[in-house]
Amino acid sequence: MNSNKNIIQINQLFKQYKEADYFSVNNLNLSIEEKEIYGLLGPNGAGKTTLISMLCGIIKPTSGNFSINNLTYEKNAFEIKKTIGVVPQEYALYPTLTARENLLYFGSMYGLKGKILKEKVTLALDQLGLLKFADKKIETFSGGMKRRINLIAGILHEPLILFLDEPTVGVDVQSKNVIIDYLRELNAKGTTIIYTSHHLTEAQDFCTKIAIIDRGTIYAEGTPSELIQSTTGAHNLEDVFISLTGKELRDDV
Amino acid sequence: MMYKLWMSVYKEFLLLKRDFGGLIILFVMPLVLIITITLIQDSTFRTVTESKIPVVLIDNDKDEISKSVIENLNKSGQFEIVSSLDGKNLTENSAKEAVFKGKFQLAIIIPENLSKDLQLKVNQNVDKIISNFGIGDLSEEPKKDSLPQIINKKEVRLYFDPATQATFKSNVKSSIDKMISQIETKSIYATFQEQLGEGEEPIFEQESFITFKEIVPTVDNKEILPNSVQHNVPAWTLFAIFFIIVPLSINIVKEKGQGTQIRLLTNPVPYSIVIAGKTITYLVICMIQFYLMVLVGMYLFPYLSLPTLDLDGKFFLMSVVALFSGLAAIGFGILLGTIAKTQEQSAPFGATSVVILAAIGGVWVPVFAMPKVMQVISHISPMNWGLNAFYDVLLRKADAVEILPEIFLLLLFFIITIFIAIQYDKKKRAV
Repeated sequence: MNSNKNIIQINQLFKQYKEADYFSVNNLNLSIEEKEIYGLLGPNGAGKTTLISMLCGIIKPTSGNFSINNLTYEKNAFEIKKTIGVVPQEYALYPTLTARENLLYFGSMYGLKGKILKEKVTLALDQLGLLKFADKKIETFSGGMKRRINLIAGILHEPLILFLDEPTVGVDVQSKNVIIDYLRELNAKGTTIIYTSHHLTEAQDFCTKIAIIDRGTIYAEGTPSELIQSTTGAHNLEDVFISLTGKELRDDV
Repeated sequence: MMYKLWMSVYKEFLLLKRDFGGLIILFVMPLVLIITITLIQDSTFRTVTESKIPVVLIDNDKDEISKSVIENLNKSGQFEIVSSLDGKNLTENSAKEAVFKGKFQLAIIIPENLSKDLQLKVNQNVDKIISNFGIGDLSEEPKKDSLPQIINKKEVRLYFDPATQATFKSNVKSSIDKMISQIETKSIYATFQEQLGEGEEPIFEQESFITFKEIVPTVDNKEILPNSVQHNVPAWTLFAIFFIIVPLSINIVKEKGQGTQIRLLTNPVPYSIVIAGKTITYLVICMIQFYLMVLVGMYLFPYLSLPTLDLDGKFFLMSVVALFSGLAAIGFGILLGTIAKTQEQSAPFGATSVVILAAIGGVWVPVFAMPKVMQVISHISPMNWGLNAFYDVLLRKADAVEILPEIFLLLLFFIITIFIAIQYDKKKRAV
């Protein structure tokens, strides 16, 4: 029996954008336990990024509520932001600043400073194989290097919960492996990871629990093996995904 | 929180330092602007005082009046008289053609027999007055051939280059009008003198009875005579300070595009700290711009044969005005950057709005010379408040208390624009 507490609790969550005639998140209910590596998988426009944006406090829900570590944005926005780390889909970095300058800045925004901040930056750069590029400008980095810096910027303060929106998109296998290994280490130290991706094989190997989300609603939830076993004829997560979300193209507008 | 603010300021400085093009726009362009504008404005001023404008003069009179006109034109030092073009003597038609094609700005055509006819007309009038007063020689019968001759009115014709500015035309017309009136008056006095005077003793004082004198403000018994530099430097410094709107709004729009703003939104840092970081950095930039322009006015202008900027002990108050003007500009820049979605929106809008604010603020045309509606509108331009405060300090010798209303308005503008920016940002995130 699992004794972990729910670190994220979502109840009847709706989100409709101003000019849209549909709900991007539609009556979504979800519980995520602490120390989980929770994968949110779905086709383009399924509502994954919208859900993560709400959980990170970037946008507000149309209705419904959720709590993070038993705190809500209405009452404890500042406290929640101290406990979460966010790795957005885009390289959210200043291209003309060096890797170190970017990390020192974003680390300081989490309240880190002085020697501790500098040491954390150096250690993370070293762990992700970027120490020798620490004083190079981000604009000179490859996609994989930028992805790794993007990740470090979200984890310097050792967050309780880490949101990752497609953290390995557009990177080579080597960079992807370094990122995934590093995330596993973080999780082993107690960080709950909420992760979105289109790499289903990666998700199958990496996540402890997965929700297949489409049209703003959760279609199925469970461990990767539970999902495969519960879907007739499925051999892997991709079969489950196609079975639940269909084969038609999902162009995201 | 102070460390977060410090790091925000440091980050903004690093971003600016790495943007060479941006630095040129921020520091070099305002200096180029102020030097160019002051040179042009000062040259316009000197057009009337030092350099000579070539003027075509067609003298069909060749007598006293035309001599007097030529003498007065030469004496004024403003004009260089031209009577031929490409080795050929100019006629009224060729002069007209040359002026209308823009080869000269002005042609003056003095009609034939002007001196003779003016003298005849004056003689007739003086004779009539004298005989009406019964002063003349009544025993003498009027001779048949001295019956009043009909003298047609004379016309001095002026041709202007169509591209000539209205102010210049009006100045020239009024100078020539004044010159002709003086000649007429002199002629009348001379005729009276001839008719009534005995010997060489003048019976009239021919000098003007009424004169005027401009009384300028004095400080410590020293007259304060503002020059073109003291008008131009504050006005164009303010214009340059407000141009901070463009790079600042681009900076904010870029952060949205790069995704760094999204990251900041998820950080435990209030948006006010992010804004304060930008405000402090760009305010320092504004002040550096201001001091550079003051230094140029004080030390470079004399080498360009321009008058020296004399701050006359008002350096501190001028700095205060620059500081609050900078705050107003930064508030507007942050608001624009928050609302604009792309650099294509923020850059042209920012630049155009600075030009509009300058125009309605009185940087180009003084507010008193504007139509009534624009005069009212000018009072809501922060550039007008800044300019007034600069002029109050530098030209009207106001003290700190006297500029408080303008300083307050500039600060209020900053607070309101920042408040709107924060509210807009909050509302946008609720989408």
